[in-house]
Amino acid sequence: MNNVLAISGIVIKELYRRKDFYVLFVLTALITLLLGSVSFFNDAKIARYLKEVCLLLIWISSLVIAISTTARQIPAERENRTIFPLLAKPVTRGQFIMGKFLGCWLACGVALVVFYLFFGVVSESRGRGDSSAAGLSATAAATDASSKTDEHDHAAAGSEHHNEHETPETTGQRSVVLNYVQALWLHWMMLGVVTAMVLLGSVVLSAPSVSITISFIGIIGILLLGEHLNKVALRQPQPLQAIIYTGYFLIPHLEWFDIRDRVIYDQPAIAFGDCGLATLYAIVYTGLFLFLTWFVFRRKTLTL
Amino acid sequence: MRRASPYLVLGLLLTICFAVATTIQPRTRAWSDRAKSGDVLKMLLGDGRRMFANHFFEQADVSFHSGYYPSIFDRREQPGKTAMASGKDEHDEHDEAAHEKEMAFRGQPRDWIEAFGRHFRVTEHTHLAHGQEREILPWLRISAELDPQRVDTYTVAAYWLREKLGKIKEAEEFLREGQRNNPDSCEILFELGRLYRDGRHDPQRARNVWELALRKWNAQESGKAEPNYFQLEKIAVHLARLEEEAGRFSRAISLLELGKKSSPNPDALQKQVDEIKEKMRARESAPQAPAY
Repeated sequence: MNNVLAISGIVIKELYRRKDFYVLFVLTALITLLLGSVSFFNDAKIARYLKEVCLLLIWISSLVIAISTTARQIPAERENRTIFPLLAKPVTRGQFIMGKFLGCWLACGVALVVFYLFFGVVSESRGRGDSSAAGLSATAAATDASSKTDEHDHAAAGSEHHNEHETPETTGQRSVVLNYVQALWLHWMMLGVVTAMVLLGSVVLSAPSVSITISFIGIIGILLLGEHLNKVALRQPQPLQAIIYTGYFLIPHLEWFDIRDRVIYDQPAIAFGDCGLATLYAIVYTGLFLFLTWFVFRRKTLTL
Repeated sequence: MRRASPYLVLGLLLTICFAVATTIQPRTRAWSDRAKSGDVLKMLLGDGRRMFANHFFEQADVSFHSGYYPSIFDRREQPGKTAMASGKDEHDEHDEAAHEKEMAFRGQPRDWIEAFGRHFRVTEHTHLAHGQEREILPWLRISAELDPQRVDTYTVAAYWLREKLGKIKEAEEFLREGQRNNPDSCEILFELGRLYRDGRHDPQRARNVWELALRKWNAQESGKAEPNYFQLEKIAVHLARLEEEAGRFSRAISLLELGKKSSPNPDALQKQVDEIKEKMRARESAPQAPAY
């Protein structure tokens, strides 16, 4: 485990020495603040367009950071021949893969925390206005929905009892914070799957540029079309229908982890049970891709 | 042969570039409309910006539904009008029911992936209310910037500004901007008339604007194979109401008769005509006050 942590520590240091994160963060902040300074019909309470743009930029930036950082890890070690002393430590190939993954994933997590803090500050400084009213009972709803999933009949009564001691404003604020935390968590889990996918691509494909391009196309394709593949499949004749439907069941459904709409439109927080199941789903796919990466990498010649 | 100094060659090339640029630049202005425009978006995107304008107009409708909106995969047929746009027209329960039916696009989940995925989506059909309608305005503003000839953008934004947010001044300014970009639009004039009548409480100006809208409609639509009778009915009925309030009953009746021709519900308008005729008779039979 120490070997894994040591390798991941190097990857994290590499991220903050590189300029990618700073450039993307400054760009996100600049565009968001510029848009925030625009006045639409002299109404200072308008906030959702800003949330929408800011979250979109955060998603784009996080994908760029995750994919570009991960895709370069193993090819760079091979190109610089630093992989030989590293594997002679002794560090096994499995530990090497795990260390690289953990480093990239944690680095993405650190970047996400900074991005979401910025998002929180921007959206709260803009003021939620009337929209907070819509989410007043959100925490209670999340608890309620969670309890339904867990089949605890007395939870509704429990949440009501809990709310007796809180003002609606406190509940609303808590629900907003809970929404942000859930969005950050699910986003990070999704980046775990993405990191593992790209790591697999980097050992299978010939060059980092190829793996970056293919990963971008694949991941954006899943995010945009993944949830609709079943509808597309049902309109196709056989055997195309069966092929598309199989693909629909096989791909990791990354779009589940995109809860931007729920944050932007002040929807109640997701039930904790659902959040936990999505986390489990992400862990399974991450594990699968890491295993495949190790499987391909264990017998791969390291010389170029 | 003596070799020329590279600085001299560079100087010569720069001079030639400058001379060519000054010769060509005035001619390029005539090649395209883009260069004439002072608008950066028009220069960058050309007519392609209209495509983006549609996207932002739809984004306003997405915002109006708090993110609950059909994708191109859910939409089997194009909706005639967005809920946000139809909100500004007078509509009945039938329209509401049709909209609800249109927005019930999800149906039963087809598999466990779709069923589970719905926990992370907005699944409730709601419309913005209580002043939150303001959230659609940035998208409409951007849409108008991208396509100034899209009349709907101005009328929809003006309706929500006036009716729900009480921003009469901003609504008027936006409509005036729309009128400058679309000087022959009877829809914008109609909305402007409503603003004067309901917002400014100035029936005289409302009447003038609606009269102009009626003339514009006649000039543009009457010769078409499929004229926009819906718009004609709206103008005629609203104008008739003003005329009735002003006591000009015969003009009100003729306008209602005009509206009746194009109305999907002529009986209701006939009822109004009968009521006005009743009022006319009552006024004629009332004893005249002696003149002193």
